[in-house]
Amino acid sequence: MTAPAPIPLLAVPTVPLLALDTVWFQVAGTVCNLTCSHCFITCGPTNRRHAMMTRAEVRPYLDEALGLGARDLYFTGGEPFLNRELLAILEDALAIAPTTVLTNATLIGPDLAARLRALERGSRYSLEMRVSLDGLDAAANDALRGEGSFAEALAGLRELARAGFDPIVTVAQTWDEADDAAMRERFHDTLRAEGLPRPRVKVLPLFRVGREVARTRGYAETERLTPEHMLGFDIASLQCSSSRMVTSRGVHVCPILIDAPDALLGRTLRESMRSYPLAHGACHTCWATGATCRN
Amino acid sequence: MEPIAVLGGPYGNHLALRAALLDAVARGAERIYCLGDLGGFGPRPGAMIPLLEEFGVVTVAGNYDRSLAERSPDCGCGYTHPADNAFARIAYAFTDARTSDPDRAWLGRLPSELRFTRGGRRYLLCHGSPRRTNEFLFDSACSDAFLARLARESGADQVLCTHTGLHWEREVPGGARFVNVGAVGRPANDGRPLAWYVWLAADRHEAEFISVPYDAEAMAREMETEGLPPEFAETIRTGWWTTCLEILPAKERARGRW
Repeated sequence: MTAPAPIPLLAVPTVPLLALDTVWFQVAGTVCNLTCSHCFITCGPTNRRHAMMTRAEVRPYLDEALGLGARDLYFTGGEPFLNRELLAILEDALAIAPTTVLTNATLIGPDLAARLRALERGSRYSLEMRVSLDGLDAAANDALRGEGSFAEALAGLRELARAGFDPIVTVAQTWDEADDAAMRERFHDTLRAEGLPRPRVKVLPLFRVGREVARTRGYAETERLTPEHMLGFDIASLQCSSSRMVTSRGVHVCPILIDAPDALLGRTLRESMRSYPLAHGACHTCWATGATCRN
Repeated sequence: MEPIAVLGGPYGNHLALRAALLDAVARGAERIYCLGDLGGFGPRPGAMIPLLEEFGVVTVAGNYDRSLAERSPDCGCGYTHPADNAFARIAYAFTDARTSDPDRAWLGRLPSELRFTRGGRRYLLCHGSPRRTNEFLFDSACSDAFLARLARESGADQVLCTHTGLHWEREVPGGARFVNVGAVGRPANDGRPLAWYVWLAADRHEAEFISVPYDAEAMAREMETEGLPPEFAETIRTGWWTTCLEILPAKERARGRW
């Protein structure tokens, strides 16, 4: 009689998909008109690693999401408004579910804002416009996001506000966590002074992947999750327990890890509905900060 | 099929709760249900249980009730924005300090859901959503497909919930009906200082949203006397939400003043 094999100790905790509530679309791929120095997926004008998605490519995923009872949909890039079919895609999305668009707002003029408003009015669901801004003034913002991007983003934000949107301004946390409250207040004040009547501000942590590695640093070996981290932790707070990200390459576990080979979980949403090992430094960031890419 | 009244979120607003209960009795309610969150926001959490008992109300636990019963450090409302949480902390500390041990035990005995059959439909009464006490079901932020899934997975044809403070109703593909009964103790962010509850008339599954006037000015003054934030009293007086706004989806936010 042989001795029973030792039970292997799992070094990496895994997270099951509890329910598919949220489906993301990398609708502009990794193509962006900006080249932000902290971009965790290294987007830029020439990055075609993930391609633009056509309306025809998106539609089967919308059908699948509907069949699986998804609650809401998110569209990001790259810069989504570089996708010429975006408005048609948003029309398809808003027919079935609440929808959010993540944009740098630099391409939003009065006509586009009005068309977005018309789409929003035509749906029973909310259309959330989320705009990235990373500094309180041009000097701070443009150092990260590129020359002239502050003025262009504010122009886009004002157009959205004029069309009746209350955009959510997303800010990368480039300061100490202790300064969070003060910084949020300052962003509120700045945005109000810039003509946004009801600023909504969401702070997101920095993810030390993509271009951010060169700007500051990558993850340390110690910034990894072990089973001990999960004791008493509510895994439902991790977005990978309730959402998936669709790109031109297939379905990935989350918006942050689309360049990690192991994060590509299948061609269809249904194929992607399985557990995922939290092996990345970025997983540690979500765990430590409670961050979610949702609104 | 008997007429029933369903209310949620009395939030320590005893004047609004009494007005809503009297209104339901006057309409001939066979039974009155409360979907939880007895305290929070208003000045008199201790007055809630006696009122609910006086009117024979059958009550489901909200996140507030659970947190108080378990002596949790926070209300467990599920807010994600720090600005929302700042006010939520004030309301919870106020309520926690005014909740007696017997009241905590009473809250701890509340069920997390109620199920019964009414007119051949399987009713499910819960606080937030069928799957989680503190899940926000806002009208403009839930797809039909999602609500249909929640109904299917929970084995219900008619779901009644609260937690968001805003009332709405929708029938979803597959035939299930969701009714968010709104809140009694906090107005519906529509510029009117009213208490809201749901009336399900005899032989009807469709909700009738009932708004009941009460002495909101007296309530606002009581809140000020008790030292609650002036923002809370302003909401009671004006009917416009002034706090915990960040959780609102775009459509719901756009309807409010702030």
